[in-house]
Amino acid sequence: MTDTNIGIAPPESFRAAVWSQFRKHKGAMFGLIVLALLVVFVVIGPLVWQPEKLKVAEALKSKNLGPSLRFPMGTDQLGRDQLARMMAAGKVSLAVGFIAMMIAIFLGTFVGVLAGYFKRLDGILMRLTDMFLALPLIPLLLVMVMLFRDKIARVLGPEMGAFILIVFAIGVTSWMHAARIVRGEVLALKEREYVLASRAIGASPRRVILRHILPNVVSPVMVAATLGVAEAIITESVLSFLGLGFPPDFPTWGRLLYEGLEYMQLYPERVIFPGLAISLTVLSVNYIGDGLRDALDPRIRGR
Amino acid sequence: MLNYTLRRLLLAIPTLLLISLVIFFLVDLAPGSPASEIPLTVPPEVRMKILEALGVNEPIHVRYLLWLKQFFWVEPLNGVDAMFGTSFAEGMQRIISYQSRSPVFSIIADRIPQTLIVIGTAYVVGVLIALPIGIYSAYRQYSVFDQFGTMFAMIGFSVPTFFTGTLFIIIFAVWLGWFPTKYDTTLSVTDWDSLWKQVRQMAMPVMVLGLANAAAISRYMRSSMLENMGQDYVRTARAKGMSERTVVLKHVLRNSLIPVVTVIALGIPSIFGGAIITENLFGVNGIGSALIQAIRGNDLPMVQTLAFIFAILIVTFNLIADLIYGMLDPRIRYD
Repeated sequence: MTDTNIGIAPPESFRAAVWSQFRKHKGAMFGLIVLALLVVFVVIGPLVWQPEKLKVAEALKSKNLGPSLRFPMGTDQLGRDQLARMMAAGKVSLAVGFIAMMIAIFLGTFVGVLAGYFKRLDGILMRLTDMFLALPLIPLLLVMVMLFRDKIARVLGPEMGAFILIVFAIGVTSWMHAARIVRGEVLALKEREYVLASRAIGASPRRVILRHILPNVVSPVMVAATLGVAEAIITESVLSFLGLGFPPDFPTWGRLLYEGLEYMQLYPERVIFPGLAISLTVLSVNYIGDGLRDALDPRIRGR
Repeated sequence: MLNYTLRRLLLAIPTLLLISLVIFFLVDLAPGSPASEIPLTVPPEVRMKILEALGVNEPIHVRYLLWLKQFFWVEPLNGVDAMFGTSFAEGMQRIISYQSRSPVFSIIADRIPQTLIVIGTAYVVGVLIALPIGIYSAYRQYSVFDQFGTMFAMIGFSVPTFFTGTLFIIIFAVWLGWFPTKYDTTLSVTDWDSLWKQVRQMAMPVMVLGLANAAAISRYMRSSMLENMGQDYVRTARAKGMSERTVVLKHVLRNSLIPVVTVIALGIPSIFGGAIITENLFGVNGIGSALIQAIRGNDLPMVQTLAFIFAILIVTFNLIADLIYGMLDPRIRYD
């Protein structure tokens, strides 16, 4: 009679439960491995693969080469090693994706919490969100890049300027989904007993939000964040693809693809490698997002 | 319903005004104003006259109001004139492109058929591919076909259209030589020969955009079908002894299509945005490539007008989607 708890394993911690569910999702594990490999490729790669320094005359002779042992991905029209450029470009592409996502998530969570928690702000903030959702984003991003590229480049230099401008522009135009998700969660959470209790003992809104509400919106925000990385990487490569992204000596995968377009008929590998890198990154990030959503959903977990 | 429609229409007006304000002021900040394009050798009084003729020496709010008036009053009147041969808009100043010095709307009118033909076909093809895939994957959930469909959708989401487009060009145009690499806008369809040419040159852009759209829509179709498959009315229909075909294609499909139709309506404006890439890649001379040319050439009136047209499309189709949803689903009542 009293031995009821003998057959029951001790409850798993939240993190372990999520991880064990995540591991069951084949696509998500595949995504995690591919993404890890890509990160290794762009971060550790440049330390391992140091292309030989060519003199101008040598570079002229070795331009437009196909893949070989000396240049595993060939060289471009200026005799630059494509493998080294892919690594450098990947670093920028991934950095743009992650930082733009962080800006978007920060803005989205901020707006979402304010709208959900303070009834007075709800109407205005949600109208603002709706308006941002109705803006034609790609044209506006193109215009923003066009307008401010030179001005910011003058202050911060062409490379840093382009990076900050693009990251900021993408972040500012993609926070709306996160805001809507967070608002919905906060609206439900703020009626829960523990929040009421905390308010009843006189906790300030700041404390209630930081201590009781934010930790509970982390799960949906994490899924949105993962998908946001994929979206940001695609948006950046679209800008680069239209020739309005980064300067040529500070490439991203999208920029490499754009440069390869001109030579597509003769040297298709120059388009295929960067395109494949973008697609693989986005695919793996999307799969990770899928797996995370399942793993964080208590209705699916544990089944 | 009528009440709701009217309220939404009224709400759309301030939204659109705010968007127009954002678009106008953002674009107007552009460094490449027409003043900087005039050579420095031109004497100052002539320069002043040129600026006056372009109407750019006025303060910004005057220009904004003038642009609004032109957009909502002069240009529709011009449209009426062009259609019925009247002359309401005679002598009124139209929105003039800096690049070509011709009215922006006549350029757009020239370009829009190209976009509609290619993009419209692509959307229809996308929907036609997506619906059967979605229906069958839901009917045989977790089957090999379903797994394959899921993977197809995931790849369709993830691989950007500019990459599928370039891959298609490399494979089908360069290696196999089935289709031309560039879209020839001047081709006019007069006989079977030119029709065949038109079909061949449309094939690649249509497939690229169609596949990208099919991926998303097939997922919605599948989940909507799955939701309905477990409902009581389906069991009742089966219990009545109806054939599987009738149950799935009549009872379940009709109910499942309701949310999918709204998703399809919501996707239409984003199609125009996404078309910018495809049009540039394949050289389709539509409004997407007009926008890119205008941005590169600092053609402010063109950029402002096109961006605002995109915004109007988004707001309109949001409204249409909500209204369709209310009409199709008797459980939804907006009152």
